[in-house]
Amino acid sequence: MATRVLDEADISRALSRIAHEILEREKGAEHLVLMGIPSRGVPLARRIAERIATIEPGADVPVGALDITMYRDDLRLKPARALEPTVVPPEGIDGRTVVLVDDVLFSGRSVRAALDALSELGRPRAVRLAVLVDRGHREFPIRADHVGKNVPTSLREQVRVRVAELDGLDEVVIGEDA
Amino acid sequence: MNRHLLSAADLTHDDAVLVLDTARELAAVSGRAVKKLPTLRGRTVVNLFFEDSTRTRISFEAAAKRLSADVINFSAKGSSVSKGESLKDTALTLQAMGADAVVIRHSASGAPHRLAHSGWISAAVVNAGDGTHEHPTQALLDAYTMREHLADGAGDLAGRRVTIVGDVLHSRVARSNVLLLHTLGAHVTLVAPPTLLPVGVATWPCEVSYDLDAPLPASDALMMLRVQRERMDAAFFPSEREYARRYGLDARRAALLPEHAIVMHPGPMNRGMEITAEVADGPRSVIVEQVTNGVSIRMAVLYLLLGGAEPA
Amino acid sequence: MTSTGTTHLLTDVRPLGADPVDVRIEGATIVAIGAPGTLDADGARVLPGAGRVLLPGLVDLHTHLREPGREDAETVATGSAAAARGGFTAVHAMANTDPVADTAGVVEQVWHLGRDTGLVDVFPVGAVTVGLRGERLAELGAMADSAAAVRVFSDDGRCVSDAVLMRRALEYVKAFDGVIAQHAQEPRLTADAQMNEGALSGRLGLRGWPAVAEEAIIARDVLLAEHVGSRLHVCHVSTAGSVEIIRWAKSRGIDVTAEVTPHHLLLTEDLAASYDPVFKVNPPLRREHDVQAVREALADGTIDIVATDHAPHPVEDKECEWNVAAFGMLGLEQALAVVIETMVAPGLLDWAGVADRMAIAPARIGRRAGHGRPIAVGEPANLVLVDPQARGPVDPAASSSRSRNNPYAGRDLPAPVVATFLRGRPTVLDGSLAAPLAASRP
Repeated sequence: MATRVLDEADISRALSRIAHEILEREKGAEHLVLMGIPSRGVPLARRIAERIATIEPGADVPVGALDITMYRDDLRLKPARALEPTVVPPEGIDGRTVVLVDDVLFSGRSVRAALDALSELGRPRAVRLAVLVDRGHREFPIRADHVGKNVPTSLREQVRVRVAELDGLDEVVIGEDA
Repeated sequence: MNRHLLSAADLTHDDAVLVLDTARELAAVSGRAVKKLPTLRGRTVVNLFFEDSTRTRISFEAAAKRLSADVINFSAKGSSVSKGESLKDTALTLQAMGADAVVIRHSASGAPHRLAHSGWISAAVVNAGDGTHEHPTQALLDAYTMREHLADGAGDLAGRRVTIVGDVLHSRVARSNVLLLHTLGAHVTLVAPPTLLPVGVATWPCEVSYDLDAPLPASDALMMLRVQRERMDAAFFPSEREYARRYGLDARRAALLPEHAIVMHPGPMNRGMEITAEVADGPRSVIVEQVTNGVSIRMAVLYLLLGGAEPA
Repeated sequence: MTSTGTTHLLTDVRPLGADPVDVRIEGATIVAIGAPGTLDADGARVLPGAGRVLLPGLVDLHTHLREPGREDAETVATGSAAAARGGFTAVHAMANTDPVADTAGVVEQVWHLGRDTGLVDVFPVGAVTVGLRGERLAELGAMADSAAAVRVFSDDGRCVSDAVLMRRALEYVKAFDGVIAQHAQEPRLTADAQMNEGALSGRLGLRGWPAVAEEAIIARDVLLAEHVGSRLHVCHVSTAGSVEIIRWAKSRGIDVTAEVTPHHLLLTEDLAASYDPVFKVNPPLRREHDVQAVREALADGTIDIVATDHAPHPVEDKECEWNVAAFGMLGLEQALAVVIETMVAPGLLDWAGVADRMAIAPARIGRRAGHGRPIAVGEPANLVLVDPQARGPVDPAASSSRSRNNPYAGRDLPAPVVATFLRGRPTVLDGSLAAPLAASRP
């Protein structure tokens, strides 16, 4: 029994809002880099970059991908996983403001791993975090700078984000077996 | 993936592609300022070398260190049978030291299999070359190198033609390559004098030719195996000159290869014997690249064997 | 040798699988055989046979007892115990001890050790050449004339590969009705060989031991035996090709006999894929095709006998890498079980056939008149009582051998030996040794 909490239009609005927020907070697009966390953070980062380009014509925010598998603290709880690509934009990340983009913020462990992974790629001026859904239950002192939607959940529930690029449709569903 | 990597036959098609894909992602780490990942922090990898092989040991050592594992090099050459410790006692020592993985090179075929299945040790075992049996990580790095040049670094090697030339009888590299390349969909042709092919090679998933010139025009990759001069004394072939003339790779033969074909050698080379210096250092040669790719492949293998939970 | 003087009455037993009878044994001799319930039980210890099969005590022509020299692997005492529990009443102890049994002194020592143990008759085999080195003949006549009265000579473990030396040995032993038991292995074709040569050895990267290395020597030797009119025995025949050569030789009237081991009747080379040296043996385990051929040859008499090639090795010589491990496997305790499994159960051999291949023929080849006799009144009571139904998993730890290199470990096999009698004295009762070994022996 799954409930859809965001549909295509909701997701589109949320991403547009995040794009606006980022521009507002960073006072422009100039030193920005968006780094998506695979799998679904990467297409979300690309969409935010596209929206930024619409809001500020001429702004071409570099988008990369940051695989955090090798930095996870729960590796030994599951069989070894396949790695996803890490792509650093040609401009690099040194001295820039990196916005990490992920689909769901939950315990905060992924973000912790992402910060470690990022620190070995260079030295950003600042790091922000943008997520489509914040479902609560943090286990680390981490919070998102930009949130598409706060979705209160129970620990037993699963939150599943689907994006058209990978799943054929845009939606966020929640359920005990989402 | 199995818990151990003892033979190229342990790898399914999906396993093999996973190792290659993982190695490709990890190759990027070697290009970074910080060439290190925290993945295997706190895990211990033992390089147990009963046979000298500096290049293979260094490759595994670099791979383990880039994954932040603790590395212990245990050179046990000469200490196997006649003097010193037995394989069993060595294994029990490593077990007591808490080894999580043992990378073993041994002159006896099957020694890694013995180590993995004897119950002496609970670590994952990686075969780094055993006797005349197998050398699966070499086959993986060879396949990786081929895939980069012949398949844009993705997927498998379906339909590619690989010719392997030389002392197949005594070559662990050839055995592992035939098995892995077959798994990845490539067509393999072995070329050697009949004396240097094992009895029963007809049952292997490959073709056999006694003539080197014939398969060259259709080969996408040509792998020359090391031929030890001592084999001549055991009457496997009459003379170095005759071997080089019939089975050596020189510029004339290299010219028979298609434009895109690559030339490989697992090293160390006998220049002038199985390959001329001109070809070994020529534009088709990817021999140096093979060495580079070895580290990424071994990182991938160690990560996939040790990075996750132990299978129940 | 003295008997205990005890009298035994075996009731309801089937000699060679025939109709049930009672058998009365007094001293060392069978004194009466009669229909069940017809014999006098007076003063006799009665052993109910419950319809089990009675065979002549088994005779092994090929046993490694390792003493002197490798008492860490086996002694005459422990090997004798294993033999008795396998249903044997006589074993031929191979010469590759340290020192080599190439003099009257060494063979007499082994013979005395066997007699002191008293569980089976131990007949020493003499070396053909000094030190098994294949260079010059050992003092074959002196060994024949010794107390051990050696009749079987073998360099087993090594082949008498020199054709001239082999010819001379074959000729020389005619003087005392001896036989040369050849370990057929062309040495140059088998240098550092590890397992049967074929597709599997190529895949496993283990040096191959080609069938031709055995067959070429057998072909040469049968022709030599024909030429000089001598008696030849071929040890541990392992290939289909060897069977064909021996069949041909016999059809020509050449005086050749041959043996097959239990392991070559049952096991195949596939076991080497485990790299577990318990399956490393010389000659190596062969293919299924060869196993079928040696079974058929044993059934039709081309192969005359089963001989164990019982080859004990200490743990450290087997718990190691394959190519440094010792060759050989235990055989005495499971020999009859394997023959039942591979020959009797499929109908290739009846019980009379088992008696012939495992007792009568080996005693004849070894010229041991007191063994392999018919089960008849007046004959020596060398007997084994067999339960064809009993079976269970083989437990190497339960062995009487000092060694544990048992290739049948864990395998479900017959457990046939109920009782063994050596000249009227029970050496095994209810499957266990009837008397503990003398404590004074090391």
